[in-house]
Amino acid sequence: MFKKTTAVLVAYVTLVGPASAHDFKVGVIEINHPWSRPTPPFAPVAGGYMTLKNSGPDSDRLVQVTSPIAARAEIHRSAVEDGVASMRPVDGLALEPGVTVDFEAEKLHIMFIGPKQQLQDGDKFPATLVFEKAGTVDVEFVVQRKASEPAAEDHSGHGSSN
Amino acid sequence: MSAVKLFRIAVWTAIALLCGILIGFSGYLPGTNSKEALGTGTARFGGPFQLTAHSGEAIDNATLAGKPYLVFFGFTHCPDICPTTLFELTDLMAEMGPLADRFTPLFITVDPERDTQEVLAQYMTAFDQRIVALRGNQAETDAVVKAFAAYYRKVPIEGGRYTMDHTAGIILMDAKGNFAGTLDIHEPRDTVLAKLRRLAGA
Repeated sequence: MFKKTTAVLVAYVTLVGPASAHDFKVGVIEINHPWSRPTPPFAPVAGGYMTLKNSGPDSDRLVQVTSPIAARAEIHRSAVEDGVASMRPVDGLALEPGVTVDFEAEKLHIMFIGPKQQLQDGDKFPATLVFEKAGTVDVEFVVQRKASEPAAEDHSGHGSSN
Repeated sequence: MSAVKLFRIAVWTAIALLCGILIGFSGYLPGTNSKEALGTGTARFGGPFQLTAHSGEAIDNATLAGKPYLVFFGFTHCPDICPTTLFELTDLMAEMGPLADRFTPLFITVDPERDTQEVLAQYMTAFDQRIVALRGNQAETDAVVKAFAAYYRKVPIEGGRYTMDHTAGIILMDAKGNFAGTLDIHEPRDTVLAKLRRLAGA
């Protein structure tokens, strides 16, 4: 029987290290560098970001995100239109075949609602992503102050090796 | 009609269209109700309003007079642009050092229902201590949003919850309480720093 806690623990052990970018994979879905911003104390929400790539022939959808550090997690999209900032929940995030979805570039974020702890620079926390077809995968978010540098090398790496 | 003449007509039509577009957008301040701001003159911009700081201190437009200040609207249930603006501002003010004492940064919540003074007091400990979070009751919030020709709206989302739409930019005000421009935290860092230094009178 698959034990999620063990998997998370293993992920922790293998990932704690100098790795600045970290990847996960489930089926044909690649999850690149999930990260989150530090939060002020008692912040009611925290934002998480990552890059998702569907390298399979069929479309898939990110349908659920959960994390033990938050009461719940949702997918949200922000926009600034005519100088007005807005944010709306996204009901499942479509992942078209061959397409990479960069949360930051697309103004998407995982909204961690009711974080149970203050997230501080350098912290790591687990989360579980559920894809409609590819299934469930445990990932780890890294808390960092600045948005990650554009992972240009990573992308070209995918391109040449695939 | 010769090809040259046709070309001339096309060029002049394009110029006329472009001028129309430029005129149409001139004086337009993103995210603000430009009609109101323009219609009532700049004297009205920035006042009157009365709010309470996260420290409990009462602050109004008269309290702020004599020192430049900057204003931006947000709420603590915002995971993205609001904390980013506050963290960026914290970094920029650290870089500016004592020069940043010469203006007052104001973070005004558009969600006073959830952003109580206690919530704001805890929240603000993460940022430069010179940044002041302000809240008011519903009427006071409406008044300050109007004072800066800004915009906010409560938007219900599923599960009986809600989110807030609000003006995203930072409004700069000079020591006389006159509108001195806007600032977008996503502008190049040098541009933002230059605007803040100018506001500080450097």
